[in-house]
Amino acid sequence: MSDELLADVTTMARIRAFEERVARAFRDGRIPGFVHVSIGQEAVAAGVCGALERRDMITTTHRGHGHCLAKGADAGAMMAELFGRATGTCGGKGGSMHIADPSVGVLGANGIVGAGIPIAVGAALAARLRDSGAIAVAFAGEGTVHSGAFHEALTLATLWEAPVIFVIENNRFAEFTDSEAMWRGAPLLERALGYGLAAAERIDGNDAVAVRAAATEAVAATRAGGGPRLLEAMTYRHHGHYEGDPAAYRDEAETAAWLERDPLEVARRALRERGEEGALDAARAAAEDEMDAAVAAALAAPPPPLESALEHVGG
Amino acid sequence: MADGEATRPPRYVEAVARALGDELAADDDVVVLGVDVGAAGGAYGATRGLHERFGPARVIDTPIAEAGVLGAAVGAAMAGLRPVVEIMYMDFLTVCLDPIVNQAAKLPYMTAGGVRMPIVFRTQTGGGRSSGAQHSQSLEAVLAHVPGLKVFLPGDARDAYDLTRAAVRDDGPVIVVENRRLYNRRAEDFDSRAPLPPGRARIVRAGTAATVVAWGRMVDEVLRACADDGPLAGVDVELVDLRTLVPLDLETVVQSVLKTGRALVVHEAVTAFGPGAEIAARIDERLRYDVEGPIRRLGAAASPVPYAPQLEAAVLPDAQGIATAVRALLEG
Repeated sequence: MSDELLADVTTMARIRAFEERVARAFRDGRIPGFVHVSIGQEAVAAGVCGALERRDMITTTHRGHGHCLAKGADAGAMMAELFGRATGTCGGKGGSMHIADPSVGVLGANGIVGAGIPIAVGAALAARLRDSGAIAVAFAGEGTVHSGAFHEALTLATLWEAPVIFVIENNRFAEFTDSEAMWRGAPLLERALGYGLAAAERIDGNDAVAVRAAATEAVAATRAGGGPRLLEAMTYRHHGHYEGDPAAYRDEAETAAWLERDPLEVARRALRERGEEGALDAARAAAEDEMDAAVAAALAAPPPPLESALEHVGG
Repeated sequence: MADGEATRPPRYVEAVARALGDELAADDDVVVLGVDVGAAGGAYGATRGLHERFGPARVIDTPIAEAGVLGAAVGAAMAGLRPVVEIMYMDFLTVCLDPIVNQAAKLPYMTAGGVRMPIVFRTQTGGGRSSGAQHSQSLEAVLAHVPGLKVFLPGDARDAYDLTRAAVRDDGPVIVVENRRLYNRRAEDFDSRAPLPPGRARIVRAGTAATVVAWGRMVDEVLRACADDGPLAGVDVELVDLRTLVPLDLETVVQSVLKTGRALVVHEAVTAFGPGAEIAARIDERLRYDVEGPIRRLGAAASPVPYAPQLEAAVLPDAQGIATAVRALLEG
């Protein structure tokens, strides 16, 4: 138990340190394009991926740095990717929204909302047909559940008894829009069960202990052939939709309440109860050093060779 | 089956099923999935017998959820399978373009080769049977326009077999566009003709007067025009079947046009912004001073494909229209 909490605290601290540097570098104009950070949502990535094995596969979203790091993608290579360098995870051809590292089971962040959900179902189907023992997790936001991709993916997952877990990270906003304002009809958990999923559960997405416990149970049941299931993790993004979004659509009091429940502070309280509060500060200090080094290495790395622009077209 | 029947070469649609069966038998990672491909054997029989032979785990019936199924096929390909997924009509591509265009075509590139994408999208087209505007369109230009996709368009049973097998062997995404109006046709030289790889055009008919470039059913239509009782009888046309648009065998086309000095591109897709424009431009770039008169294109008129047989015949290219275009070429 204590090992799991310490591991998740370390993961959360690394994600936070990574993304704070990404946000800063973007503001400074050193990262091109656009980036979406998951600051405030780290407990979901840490708790869920902490419950997975290396052979398991995930798909994630435009807000996927945390999931990729938590699943084991190399932070230095990811940072270099965001800086558009030759040493990046994808040789500088993917960028923030398209990081993939199949060697650790990351089948890709995705710039198309919802696209990763059926991909995870297919990966799970492949695992079942190949009898590999692996499972798949689709990370998606609550704004995605209205898409046809979500509906079709859940339909197929139950039909195929695919070993897949849908983790819906409910961060309150679908881009710039209050998610609840876009909702009529049955709540998500009811909808999920309506598709025939084996289970659907709402969890506190800012409490790494709760996330890890729910994920561990879901992973074990899914791996044992218990069928696909869904977790709705309630959380909050501290930044706007993308870096530079002033997020004027947010309610200040609500934001303040959520900041009180910053997942790192929630973890601090859990550690304090065990007399291990110092572990958080130690993890954060180590993460700061690691990510400073990642940025320095990325800045020192060369841009991709121009001939690589025409490489890997079609495979 | 009668004895005589057993030795006949396969029909086009049987050649597709045979190719899929041979790939399923050769490689456990190959799976076939789509609407009606399993127990029903396919809407046109292109997967007939495979469900019985390989079972429902490898020949997988799916709900009518094309976008989800194609997305799942992309994930399955990344996780080690070689999925062959059917899109029943080419028009239905439009409900599932994201997995093809944004996922399958781009993921190998965006990950600098980090992910494999051995996936085949099988579909079919074929105007001329009053199937209506939503079951008749030829959209190969849309596909060929997307870097990362290969586009195969077999024009007879021999190529249907060879190109289907080559598509399954390919480690990148391939779209195979069959033509349902060829499904019952047999290639009489099926057993004697050497297989050609993708990216190699085939000289179907040698000639010196003009080069006609075609693919899919239009190959057959050009041959009808050139037959002894056809409207181009006696005109020495050279017919090049491109077989695959991506990769494109421009060299065979160029060599043919160097010989004939004239070129016409014929396709069932709409002429406007169609693949013929691209091919004509590429010929022009290579042979500007070696071509007599303009390089011409003949495709469907710029309308959705109409229903009434008379209207449909009026908008689709046919042997008579090909003859008119070739004669204009010879006079130009």
